[in-house]
This record gives sequence, C-alpha cells and structure tokens, in this order.
Amino acid sequence: MKIRGRGISGGEAEGEVIFTTQPISFLGGVDPKSGVIIERGHELEGENIANKVFVFPCGKGSTVGSYVIYQLKLNGVSPIAMINEVTEPIVAVGAIISEIPVVDKLEKEVKWKNGMKVRVNGTEGYVEIL
Amino acid sequence: MYLTKEEERIYEGEFGETLEKAMRILVSLGEIYEASHLIPISSAHISGASYKTIGDAGLLYLSSLSGKVKVKSTLNPVGMDRERWREMKISNEFYEKQKEIIECYKKLGIEDVCSCTPYYLQKPKYGDHLAWSESNAVIYANSVLGARTNREGAPGALASALIGKTPFYGMHKEEERAPEVQIVVKEELEEEEYGALGHLLGETLRDSIPVFSFKKRLNEDEMKKLGASLAATGAVQLFHIKGQTPEISLHPEPKERIEIEREDIEKLMEFSEVEVIALGCPHLSERELYRVAELLEGKKIKKELWVCTSRFIKNGCRDVIKKIERSGAKVICDTCMVVSPLLENYDSVLVESGKALKYVPSMCKVDVQMTTLENCVKYAVGEL
Repeated sequence: MKIRGRGISGGEAEGEVIFTTQPISFLGGVDPKSGVIIERGHELEGENIANKVFVFPCGKGSTVGSYVIYQLKLNGVSPIAMINEVTEPIVAVGAIISEIPVVDKLEKEVKWKNGMKVRVNGTEGYVEIL
Repeated sequence: MYLTKEEERIYEGEFGETLEKAMRILVSLGEIYEASHLIPISSAHISGASYKTIGDAGLLYLSSLSGKVKVKSTLNPVGMDRERWREMKISNEFYEKQKEIIECYKKLGIEDVCSCTPYYLQKPKYGDHLAWSESNAVIYANSVLGARTNREGAPGALASALIGKTPFYGMHKEEERAPEVQIVVKEELEEEEYGALGHLLGETLRDSIPVFSFKKRLNEDEMKKLGASLAATGAVQLFHIKGQTPEISLHPEPKERIEIEREDIEKLMEFSEVEVIALGCPHLSERELYRVAELLEGKKIKKELWVCTSRFIKNGCRDVIKKIERSGAKVICDTCMVVSPLLENYDSVLVESGKALKYVPSMCKVDVQMTTLENCVKYAVGEL
C-alpha cells in the first residue's frame, strides 16, 4: 500500500518502524553516540532509533537538534528515514544536512506498529507499507 | 515554491555540496511555511556560535562547509572572552574547541563580532529584508528599526547567508506585521522594569504581535530590554509602540486589550541573597556601561560583578571600562553569562535582564533573580 505525503528531505530508504506519539528533542533527548532515546519519562526512553524508520509527530526543543541529527548520521546511528505528522524546521534542517529521507502530512492515517516494514521516498513524497 | 533557473541549478548541486544543502534547507523551510519564492537579503546574523550550546555536533557540521557567504554576516556571542578566558576559568579543551568553531565561521566569511547586539554595529534600514537568528536581535530589527526578518534558527540563517536569500513568508510580508493585542501600562516604569514587563507578557502572548501604550517615549535600551524578554519567555518577533515605532501608522488598532499592573512588575524585581552579579544580556550599550561606571565611581565591589558587552562597544569607550574595572568588577566581551560556562561554579546569580531570568536556570543550572541595574550594582558594592 502506497500513501502519499509531502517530501521534506529527499532520498529513499526501507526498514523497520520505531514509533512514538510524543514529540522528540534531539538535543538532550537522543544520545548522539548510540541513537538511544535518553529523555527522562519519554515513552521510548532506553529504545534505540539507529537504522530504523523513526515515526514521531514532530520535533521540539533547541535548534541545535539539527546538528545532533547530523552527528548521529556521522556516527552511523541515525534513523534511516523519518515520518512526521508535521515536520518542523529542526528535523527538516537536520535531515537535509544528513541526507535522511523525510515525509510528513500523510494523506491516510496509518496504524503504526513497531517492527512493521516500510519504504520512505522523500524525493517523491510517499510511504509504502511493505 | 517557485525557484529561478539559477536557484534550481544550485538545488541540483551544480555549485557544490555546501550550496546545494543550503538551498535545500531554504526550500524545505519555504515549503513548511508556504513561501511563494525566495527574496534577496541585505544581511544575516548567525547564532549557534558557542561550544557550550552547539557542542561537537555543531562543530562537525560547520567543519564540513566550504565557500563564502553572499551578504554581510555577523556572528552571535561565543562561549568565552577570547582574551580573558582564563579569568573565566574556561578549560583548555573548551578554549580549543571554541577557537575551532570561530575559525569555521571566519573561513566562510562571517565576521566574528561575537555579539548579540549587531544592531549597535550597523543598523539595518527600514524595510530591509534580513535573515537573522538570535531572538533579541530579530525583535529589535523588526520593531525598533522596521527591518524585516523571521526568527531564524541557526542553520537556517547560515543557509541564507550562503545563498544570500530567504523564503518569503511571515515577517517579510507587511500584512503579517499588524498588531493583534493592545497592552496598556498606566504607570511610567523604570528602565529595567520594561524587561520585567516583557518577561511577564511573553508567555501569554506566545507568538502574537503586541502594540503598547506607554506613558512616555522609551529609549533604545528600554526597547532592547522589552524585546529581548518578550522573545525569551514568548516567541514574539515584533512589537509596536503607539506614537513611537516606525510601522505604527500602517495598521489598525486591535480590539483585544490587556492591562498590566505595576505591582506584578515590582514583585518580579524583588531579590534576596545571591553569590554573584552578572549584567549584559543582551550585551550592554555604551550608555548602559556609563550607568554602571557612574554607580561604581569611587567604590569597591564586595561581591563578584561580571559585565558583558561586545568587543566593538568596549573598544569605543575604554575610559568607561577602566572606571568600571577600578572597582574590581570585570568587563568581558564576545560572550555572556548564558552561553559561557561562567556561572558553573556558583549556585545563585542576580541579573538586570528579563531574558537572562528566563534562560539562566535551564542553560546554567543556577538560581537566578532579577532587579534593576542600579540595585544590582548597589548590591555588588554592599550598599543593599
């Protein structure tokens, strides 16, 4: 099943979903060395987003978060793609400089489950459930 | 968003990776905010300069860039005074990393003024389009000078500097600059109380545009303090003042009205015992340095007093700086109490700024209280 959305950052990637309904602050919320969520009390605290398709509503917090996404990428522990309800500038900028595909504003609601397989195409702006 | 042929070629990477990424950032921001096209800017001001705030992540990104900025671009404060960093107890490692960050920016052609008050160095003209980050500079340029800039994040402002353009949305459009709520203050306030007023209002206003009715005309320092605080506790990018700011006649008066009691402001300015006093968030103007010097004349400090300003202001009034330092107070440049590790070794600080009052607890993990500049100095010399 292919669902159209808005392409925010180009490229294509395929992988397993890790999913949260809570916004994410990359600065202080994600460990740049491991990709583990370290924000206290976050529903994904202790989980690792490395090499997953990271599905979350939007970013929050400091704009330095963009640089943390870049650091995750250089360390080889960034998500391979991201899907948002609405992408805000922190995540958009971080994804572009790190060449991570991002799609937001999907036309259909998806029942996200951790581990489901998807393909994200940020150039054309769609997500495919595999 | 519409792109010209040349912009498309940059987007496709014909002019190298740095410009390609910068263009992709601008296009993405433009799409998010539904901009129609890019417009040329006359200057950029870039935050994200302190090693304390951007860390290794920022340094890694900055070192990957090449080329030169297309417009006059200035840098925000860094994490230390470049000459007196040892007196600030900055570690060698921090010093080295900070120097690397400054070098990265300089290589791109960005002027290392290391100040949050670039409007004291060169005032943008009425109607100029800018891409400025640093929220106090944004609100000052929009409100006091009538220039036009959105509240850019650090990488967005940097991308705009490299391309020389910014997406056309928000504050760049006249129709989005109209006041939305009236703020009535019935009594005249003292200088720093305008900062306290901004601090109190920011949370309520969030990102809406206020128009103020005051009992008197505000001086530039008062408008600076008011704006800095509004932009710290809120996301306000622009304010108007009846009978004073340049765009006031362009827009109709809003219906919604908030009245502010002097009592609330005075309550915010009460303070008790603190360990150290720090002034200059935003960086002090020459006039404010004179005020500090006058209050310190012939006196010695009993508690540590740090005074933050820009190097270009300091170099222009060395006699005043000498007067201040004769008391034992220290005047530092290039940095401030918020973006440097200066307050790391203290538990409590007294400031004259509604902006520092907001940021010090989270950025420095130190208890903070606010009062007037006069009370700060009097407390430092043991008169209060």
